[in-house]
Amino acid sequence: MNTNDILLAVLVLIGAPIIGCIASGIDRKITARLQGRVGPPLLQPYYDVKKLLSKDNMVVNPTQNFYVIVYLVFIVLSLLMLVFKQDFLMIIFVYTVASLALIVGGMSTGSPYARVGSSREIMAILSYEPVLILYALAIYLLTGTFKLTAVLDASSPMLMYTPLIFIAMIVVLNIKLKKSPFDYSTSHHGHQELVKGMTTEYGGPGFATIEIAHFYEYVFLTGLIFLFWASNPIIGVLLGIIAYLLIIVIDNITARVYWQWMLKLSWSVLLIISIVNIAFLYVSGVQLA
Amino acid sequence: MSLAKSPWIIHVNVNSCNGCDIEVVACLTPLYDAERFGVLNIGTPKQADIMVVTGSVNYKNVNVLKNIYNQIPDPKVVLAVGACASTGGIFHDCYNVVGGVDQVIPVDAYVPGCCPRPEAILDGVVAALSILENKKKGNIKGKEVKLKGKEVPSNA
Repeated sequence: MNTNDILLAVLVLIGAPIIGCIASGIDRKITARLQGRVGPPLLQPYYDVKKLLSKDNMVVNPTQNFYVIVYLVFIVLSLLMLVFKQDFLMIIFVYTVASLALIVGGMSTGSPYARVGSSREIMAILSYEPVLILYALAIYLLTGTFKLTAVLDASSPMLMYTPLIFIAMIVVLNIKLKKSPFDYSTSHHGHQELVKGMTTEYGGPGFATIEIAHFYEYVFLTGLIFLFWASNPIIGVLLGIIAYLLIIVIDNITARVYWQWMLKLSWSVLLIISIVNIAFLYVSGVQLA
Repeated sequence: MSLAKSPWIIHVNVNSCNGCDIEVVACLTPLYDAERFGVLNIGTPKQADIMVVTGSVNYKNVNVLKNIYNQIPDPKVVLAVGACASTGGIFHDCYNVVGGVDQVIPVDAYVPGCCPRPEAILDGVVAALSILENKKKGNIKGKEVKLKGKEVPSNA
């Protein structure tokens, strides 16, 4: 741990929510434009968080606050681990703990809406987790290690060898950002699903913390897409931005589906194309140079 | 200014004829687009700032109204939309009508009309914003409205 590492960590802690906030604002602006509206200002998510922080915290039970903080801390931790090129398997594990904290927080309130939302989120985890594990396996087969250092130091992009996993990861991004057609556990701004799904019983600062964690999550998830072209950071960032804009368009042109439909999609199509990709990597034995 | 830039409303229908509800929903359509002021129609009272109430209150839903009001965190304002919510309207002397939201919970702004136009409702929301800011500055808390058991008309 030297001075440079500390500076980078501080930069990520401050920079990521700003990027996430603007990304969220762009999302709302594009959504409004696609619906023929003027839409809110670009910094509307920031105003929302600022307002929520100034309100009273009204909770059903005090443990709710604890789960929200666990959610934020583990999201930030997984983002920091990604930036410091740590073990990819461990990053997925830490990220799952964050998702679980939100589910347990929703369950602890006892509100029927939060409970149904939490159960649906468990289904979402069930459907995207195998794809993430196969993504980690692909990294292992390509570099011989789960450490991200090998991927980031390679001179050729990973996308050349893992195009099918990339397609699967776009859908995972859609599920994790809770965008339509997979926004059934809780839904963002304006839309209502099960009142507000998992986050029904949160208000004021508690809900603001969830929003801030979402900002970090935006950066973390596009970071996973960035890894596909990490050899050239500019193309990698562009890939992340294009994937994010694609998700916004998909969000606006599709309707919400049943959770069964998503489980079928991910356990048949996504899992099969990922396994085909893994089989190709295993048989051909290519290495990331 | 932080509150005035993102007012989230919760829409409560207490015995309304649906006329005012349609007009409230019309505010959110692309034509009037309330979201350009940061207004969102939120489903849960825990995240709301402005309570938009439509309809003359009757004895069946007095407790529902009080319950939702108590669940909104401070600072909060109540906006009574329509003639019924303001005074009881044409139903004011009905046997089952309490008559006006202000009989039950404190109301900060009224939007009269039967039914009010979307412009009038947006105007009411904007008027409520300055009240919201004042409440934040003065640290004025909404009093908890006590739930009674079964509400019955006095002449019953």
